[in-house]
Amino acid sequence: MTAAAEGQATPRIRRAVQKSLLQSEQAQGWALISPTFLFALVLLVAPILVVIAHSFWTQDYLTIDRTFTLEQYRIALTEPIYRDLLLRSLYVSLLVSVFTVVLAYPIAYFISFHGGRRKGLWLFLITIPFWTSYLLRVMSWKVILGYNGVLNSGLMGLGVIDEPSTALLYNTTAVVITLTHAWAAFAILPIYVSLEKVDRTLIEAATDLGDGPLRRFLRITLPLSVPGIVSALLIVMIPTVGDFVTPRLVGGKDGVMIANAIQAQFGKASNWPLGAALSVTTMAVVTAMAAASVFIIRGAARLAR
Amino acid sequence: MTAMRKLLANWLPAYAFLYIAFLYLPVLLLPVFSVNASPIPKFPLTGVTLDWYAGLPQTPALLDAAWNSLVVGVAASLLSTLLGICAARAITRYRFPGRRAVSGLIMAPLVLPEIIVAISLLLVLLQLGLSLSLFTVVLGHVLICIPYSMTVLTSGFEGFDRSLEEASADLGESAFGTFRRVTLPMVAPAIVSSLLVSFTISLDEFVMAFFLTGTDPTLPVYVWGQLRFAAKLPGVLALGTLLLAASFLLLTLAEMLRRRAERRTKLTGGVLA
Repeated sequence: MTAAAEGQATPRIRRAVQKSLLQSEQAQGWALISPTFLFALVLLVAPILVVIAHSFWTQDYLTIDRTFTLEQYRIALTEPIYRDLLLRSLYVSLLVSVFTVVLAYPIAYFISFHGGRRKGLWLFLITIPFWTSYLLRVMSWKVILGYNGVLNSGLMGLGVIDEPSTALLYNTTAVVITLTHAWAAFAILPIYVSLEKVDRTLIEAATDLGDGPLRRFLRITLPLSVPGIVSALLIVMIPTVGDFVTPRLVGGKDGVMIANAIQAQFGKASNWPLGAALSVTTMAVVTAMAAASVFIIRGAARLAR
Repeated sequence: MTAMRKLLANWLPAYAFLYIAFLYLPVLLLPVFSVNASPIPKFPLTGVTLDWYAGLPQTPALLDAAWNSLVVGVAASLLSTLLGICAARAITRYRFPGRRAVSGLIMAPLVLPEIIVAISLLLVLLQLGLSLSLFTVVLGHVLICIPYSMTVLTSGFEGFDRSLEEASADLGESAFGTFRRVTLPMVAPAIVSSLLVSFTISLDEFVMAFFLTGTDPTLPVYVWGQLRFAAKLPGVLALGTLLLAASFLLLTLAEMLRRRAERRTKLTGGVLA
């Protein structure tokens, strides 16, 4: 009798205990993450909101006029200079992200499928160059691509060209090469992670069913690694649109990008609302471009299957 | 089929080595030209000299910048690791609503254009009436170091056997006592690794420092100023080589510690499981 009563009571008590435990677990989790969360809220979310607010204001010499206006966006979108800079930045970041992903994929594939026991070492080898100063890496490309540079002297030494080429440095191509180098690791790592997740038995099954290496790759490995390709593309495309060091150092007059204009508005030109509007526009447009690329890749992957 | 396979097997390693060469070419040119006798960086090299290195300690501005970078790096790595520990612990140990959204927000600086993060921070700090100083640089660096700290720490915290903590709690240890005496020793390598990684990021970081620094430049901001003068280039290359060596050492150490942490948590889990 007592045993039966206990038998009925315990699950209820257990459930109650579980419920309070769950609540306290949630509370503890929130309490623990709140310092970091607040830090990100105050120093990232709030500032971005302030930038968005500024983009609707105007600046008269040193004072900010807080009446709502879309004037800054009109300037950002219709002034030929900003429109050209924005288009060039989008073009550069699209080229860079596509090149980076295409060049990185075979490496990620090689490490994942043929890395053997030295996978960790390969990954470490690939990340090392990216921990060196960004400024100096860009500087180094300037040395390589310059008039008296490594590439020109090398080509002349080989007899490929008679006199140094000036076509290598101070243009959009130089910016694309430098950025493709700078972001390589950020593309390799996500693709590698998604390739690691590919179930190897599926590939064996395809082999047993008579698929050749190419078909196997196109129908199994490639579609399954799409998430990695997508995140690699995004992680390269969005930040590169806002780079101002590379265009400044190797871009010359034709390689200037939108970030250089943004930097000028917060520096010499000192027009914060216009700088803010340019920043918001850039973010909005690059997000749209990124979303479109993801859509296209996913659609292509579905068609390929 | 076998021919195709052979082609693929030979093609891939060759490509891998070429790619590694492409990755390392610009990095390896720094040390090469930093010992070149001629101040113009071009081949053929004119002779070997250590003059550019000898000149470094005689530049007071550079020593100041190096000191500033050290201060900022230590402060930023301590703060970002502390905040990273809280967040990584909360995410690996507790289930709570909004977990993914919050961690997404914390990781966001990784995928945002740095210039936009930097100028928004600049606007707010100026509006608050804060004057730009090394402190504001530290704030910016902590913001972009946290995602890396989080990644290192989450992989250190994950996968370790929670029954150890439960055992400790059952034996009467308080929550803090359990953390200090059971959890902390297990994750210590991950914490040191996070400190090293965020210090290295802070040491090399330019964009944040460029916008948020006051009158005291950090090393990359100092380097940026020097890049305008062609004559100063060899000194910059020498400095860059030293920074490269420092980063390499710190990261090798961080990687070794991270692997040790991984092995340690896996091993203990394996024995008990």
